[in-house]
Amino acid sequence: MGVGIEVTGLNAWYGSTHTLHDIGLHIAANRATALIGPSGCGKSTFVRCLNRMHETNPIARVTGSVKMGDIDIYSGISPVAIRRRVGMVFQRPNPFPTMSIYDNVASGLRLNGYRNRRSLDEIVEHSLKQAALFDEVKDDLKKKSGASLSGGQQQRLCIARALAVDPEVLLMDEPASALDPISTSKIEDLIFQLKSQYTIVIVTHNMQQAARVAEETGFFLNGKLVEFAATTKIFTNPSDKRTEDYITGRFG
Amino acid sequence: MASTAPRPYQNEDRRRGLRIFQSHFVTGLAVLATVLVVAPLVAIFGYLLFKGASSLTWAFFTQIPKPVGEVGGGMGNAILGSGIILGIGSVIGVPIGIAAGIYLAEFGRGTKLANAVRFTADVLNGVPSIVVGMSVYALIVMREKHFSAWSGGVALGIMMIPTITRTTEEMLLLVPHPIREAALGLGLPNWRSVLSITLPTASAGIITGCMLAFARVAGETAPLIFTAFGNAFWSHRLDQPIAALPLQIYIYAISPYDDWHRLAWAGALVLIVLIVISVALVRYAAGRAVLKGAG
Amino acid sequence: MTRIRFQQNLDELKEKLLVMAGMAEQAIQRATEAYRTRDTAICELVMQSEPAINRFEREIDQMALDLLAMEQPMAVDLRFILSVIRINADLERVGDQAVNIAERVCDMQAFASTDLPVDIPKLASVAAGMVRKALQAFIDADAEKAELVLRMDDQVDQLNEQAFFALTNLIKEDPVHTAQALNAIIIARNLERVGDHATNIAEDVIFWVRGADVRHHLGQTT
Repeated sequence: MGVGIEVTGLNAWYGSTHTLHDIGLHIAANRATALIGPSGCGKSTFVRCLNRMHETNPIARVTGSVKMGDIDIYSGISPVAIRRRVGMVFQRPNPFPTMSIYDNVASGLRLNGYRNRRSLDEIVEHSLKQAALFDEVKDDLKKKSGASLSGGQQQRLCIARALAVDPEVLLMDEPASALDPISTSKIEDLIFQLKSQYTIVIVTHNMQQAARVAEETGFFLNGKLVEFAATTKIFTNPSDKRTEDYITGRFG
Repeated sequence: MASTAPRPYQNEDRRRGLRIFQSHFVTGLAVLATVLVVAPLVAIFGYLLFKGASSLTWAFFTQIPKPVGEVGGGMGNAILGSGIILGIGSVIGVPIGIAAGIYLAEFGRGTKLANAVRFTADVLNGVPSIVVGMSVYALIVMREKHFSAWSGGVALGIMMIPTITRTTEEMLLLVPHPIREAALGLGLPNWRSVLSITLPTASAGIITGCMLAFARVAGETAPLIFTAFGNAFWSHRLDQPIAALPLQIYIYAISPYDDWHRLAWAGALVLIVLIVISVALVRYAAGRAVLKGAG
Repeated sequence: MTRIRFQQNLDELKEKLLVMAGMAEQAIQRATEAYRTRDTAICELVMQSEPAINRFEREIDQMALDLLAMEQPMAVDLRFILSVIRINADLERVGDQAVNIAERVCDMQAFASTDLPVDIPKLASVAAGMVRKALQAFIDADAEKAELVLRMDDQVDQLNEQAFFALTNLIKEDPVHTAQALNAIIIARNLERVGDHATNIAEDVIFWVRGADVRHHLGQTT
């Protein structure tokens, strides 16, 4: 089951550049929340603060609190532990090229010390089914490399890999932007099904996609959260003029 | 016909002829360059074949050198000795080189220590092989008061390290960033990500680097003069002087005996062939391993 | 500003709607004139202009549909196109009412002229005034002007009620004028409908400008 995320006073810096200003919002559990905004507005940076991937850059710094369930992920817990509870799917599919499909999906568990052979099989199958990929690859699990699949399949493989470690939150950074429309639809259908078990945060450039998959949407601009409301409200009658200008395409 | 703007492709036919000629000319230059590069290798190999093939008998591989004046004998001990020394060198050079490469690429990026390590490796690369031999002589042979196989191995290992280090670093840096991010995103600690994801992904290139280093030191003679020293008899003891193929070739080549000259030619031929075979074997094995890992 | 082509298309859509609005207003005006002067030629004119109004309605609907499909409008743009579609339908009905009135007037010609105890032109002018004000609110994108129109609807309803009672009384007292009176009742009802359509147009303007759905709320707006 997913958990809710409570963000308070989140600020982020890359070196001396202040990239996120005082972000505060509540992401509901077992829902999909979309983050939209123009390029460079900070939405990707924000999402990477949710699983502390932002810190993998040595000049990055974060202040503020991000509470997942009861735990503030910035209060003394190791980032590695956080990332086991918060999965991430990236813009370009990135399966491990030297591993088979099976090994890719199992990698998160295996490399964390999980050894039980039989339940690994079950978990891999279950994750691939959740990612709507199992039927397409079930005969080649150990024979085909992760990189030999099509773009849409690779992305679903990455989703399966992220789900295999049973996270509570799934972060998706423009997961379909490199894919064709049919693959995009499949991924969107997937998000719809996964919502009931995970909390999903999806960054997207594509407003129609946000409208299709998310119950709530946040609009970022220049590192600030301008508006956060039900998706239907944002797209039919937003409160802030800047939001309206962006979604009607009036941005210069 | 009235036309206002100048038509850009008016001299098409004339230009076309020129373009075709240019294309053929440059292709010809490229072929010539290839020939110039390959020719010396072919020439050397051919000449060795010519001079040495006649001395290649079964005895060559299985016997030790006969005393001066007697016909026959072989370089069996030198072949074995080279194998042993190269083995020791690899055992020393490969792990240290790869470890240093990993440090430079993954853990020490930008640190002063990393810069120092890299600088040291580059310097070491440029040190003449004889100086390496002399250093090992001073450090090990003089202390032990005798030449030994393993000091030869140490010398060769030291020479392998810079090449392996730099290649490993570069191959690791070539691993695409998204792959690392995926590993970190799964909640893997950095060291695990490096060992289980980044390193295997770069393995093909790293193996090539090791192979390059191996091929380079396989033919080194100078560092072995003061360390392994050479041995006219079968030996497999690490603490005793041992024969080595390049060393043996050198000794025979500068000798005044025709017999030994013939053996030297054969030895050179065998040396090159062995290097080529071992390189090919490693490439084949590495290719299989990568393919297997990649499904 | 980006999406210049889209903005131009939206302006074009608005223009087209206003042209059609002009035709509908003119139809009501002519029908009222026909009633005053009992001129059958004007009745004919009204009925001949109807196909043009219908054609405009189809074109506007098609244009709105294309914009929805091709431009994925959001927020205010989406509300604008939706209200254009609704206003389009209301204006076409207004045109229909004008035709109905003209038909009643033609019918009335067949009978003896008589002074009816009802001020049809007054009713017509109030109803037409509502349409004019609603369209002005649309042109100006002014929700407050639209609210004023909502309040005028009571007046039209009242005038219609009065006409109904007066005319039914006339029928009871003077059965010979029944045909005329019935036609007049129908004309009054048609004009009351025109007022309703004007109210709808005003509600659509408020929806577009404020994003508030005020339909069926009897003039309450937020």
